[in-house]
Amino acid sequence: MNGAAVVAAIRRPAETRWLPLAALWAVLLAVPLWLPLVGGYTALAGRVLVLGLAAIGFNLLLGFTGVMSFGHAAYFGLGAYGAGLTLRYLAASTPLAMLLGTLLGGVAGTLFGLLIARRRGVYFAMVTIAFGQVCYYIAYSWNDLTGGFDGLRGFRRAPIGLGPLVLDIAGDGPAFYYFLLGVFAAAVALMGLLLRSPLGHSFIAIRENERRARFLGIPVERHIWLSFSISCGFTALAGSLYALLNNFADPLGLHYSLSGEIVIMTVMGGMRTFWGPLLGAAVFVVLQDYISSMTTNWMSFIGLLFVVVVLFFPRGLLGFLPRRGAR
Amino acid sequence: MSFLEVDAVAKSFGSLVALRGVSLSVQPGELRAVIGPNGAGKTTFFNLISGFFAPSAGTIRFNGRDVTRLPAYRRVSLGMARTFQVTEVFPELSVLENVLIAVEVAAGYRLRPWLGRSARAALRGRVDEILALAGLGQKADRLVGELAHGDQRAAEIAMALALRPRLLLLDEPTAGMGDQETYEITRLIRRLHRDAKLTIVLIEHDMRVIFHLADRISVLDQGRLLAEGTPAEIAANEAVQAAYLGKAA
Repeated sequence: MNGAAVVAAIRRPAETRWLPLAALWAVLLAVPLWLPLVGGYTALAGRVLVLGLAAIGFNLLLGFTGVMSFGHAAYFGLGAYGAGLTLRYLAASTPLAMLLGTLLGGVAGTLFGLLIARRRGVYFAMVTIAFGQVCYYIAYSWNDLTGGFDGLRGFRRAPIGLGPLVLDIAGDGPAFYYFLLGVFAAAVALMGLLLRSPLGHSFIAIRENERRARFLGIPVERHIWLSFSISCGFTALAGSLYALLNNFADPLGLHYSLSGEIVIMTVMGGMRTFWGPLLGAAVFVVLQDYISSMTTNWMSFIGLLFVVVVLFFPRGLLGFLPRRGAR
Repeated sequence: MSFLEVDAVAKSFGSLVALRGVSLSVQPGELRAVIGPNGAGKTTFFNLISGFFAPSAGTIRFNGRDVTRLPAYRRVSLGMARTFQVTEVFPELSVLENVLIAVEVAAGYRLRPWLGRSARAALRGRVDEILALAGLGQKADRLVGELAHGDQRAAEIAMALALRPRLLLLDEPTAGMGDQETYEITRLIRRLHRDAKLTIVLIEHDMRVIFHLADRISVLDQGRLLAEGTPAEIAANEAVQAAYLGKAA
């Protein structure tokens, strides 16, 4: 048992806990003010939120249920294609695009999860990669529908009408960033509530000890399936936001290299913490942006950083935080 | 009508025959000890009763219902709870959280993605009750993985109790314990039996514990039921002495 866990056993009083949380939201809300000052641009922060949400969704499975998927890009990409195809062929409605994108990825994950919930460990990870690659090749080859390797273009996110008010998120101004932040906030709030609920506790129980969970009366396979489905749904929502952010969806959004990046973000940030995946996504996206302007070899630097983090902070960058329990 | 009725169960793992037709019936409120030399098939027997795996032959009836092919989690919902020879808990969660999860499942809430304030408070009341019963009230906020061995066993029993079981299966509850810890656990088990009128089946090696607690004893040897009776009858049984002492009878 390491030091962090020992300290964590003594719970901090509730009033000191909201402070870091308030700071986090203040930083996120003020992004359009401070990010340009340090040489960033708002779309970069949008990328952090979107990939952070994908990683937080993925972490429900890895960090809180203890099950490894190497194919979460599949649901991210399906979310992106679902949103893009809706905007291009069905209707110029951003909410509908998000809904159908989330449904496409979420339902695909739910059906696929039904087949694999009995697999464990490496086998589970392998079949999730395989399914992701199947989706990748479908998007790659189905030229007429998806635009093939060039990706799906020819759609734009549409302004959202709220009665007399119109939320103009079509431009590149901060309005779209705040829209992303709003969706992100709602999604993580939902995830937070889930993890505090009996259903969320059952996932944590499976992570901690599958045998004990089973003999407490939890049908383990069914709950892993539920966790996988919900996790895929969150990641698909992130994918649909990604299509809105770029006005573009491409097969690389389904590729296993993105699945690997989601794993790296999550583990680097701290998979036993709620916010670790967001931090991991921030580090990943910022480094990618910064280093790729200097060398095409940016991935080797991120790989190096990943190795350093895993060696010296095995619980991730946020690993010093008190562990998140089941309350 | 017996509460637990095991009829001629057998179990083989490939060519290894672990159990060759063992029968046993336990009355409501009884405390039954299952003893036998190492490799006699005691834990396999427990695994069949609790649904860890299905028997190769034979039937198991619990409270009048055939549960032979029922998955483990369904048997739990019928009122069977068990502990393991090697403690199975949630090591990185606190004692309170370990018991809370068990309480939530027992309340039928395992699929609830949201819980209201009053339901939450009711569960917490139940958790405190169980922690007090298991003597873990002072250690509620400690991580179970950091507790002493005896307290980890107590936490596991507390989780089993949280399920409101009608039958408690304890696999060597005092294994690896010192005298003081053994005494504490024995007292807890006796309280559950005498005061809570719980039906208990336990596997045990410590003869002091067995003769102190058991109403009846079943002796397994080489996958067979060697003898069954009251502690006094078993103590006087020559076949049992032979099995334990190697030979002589």
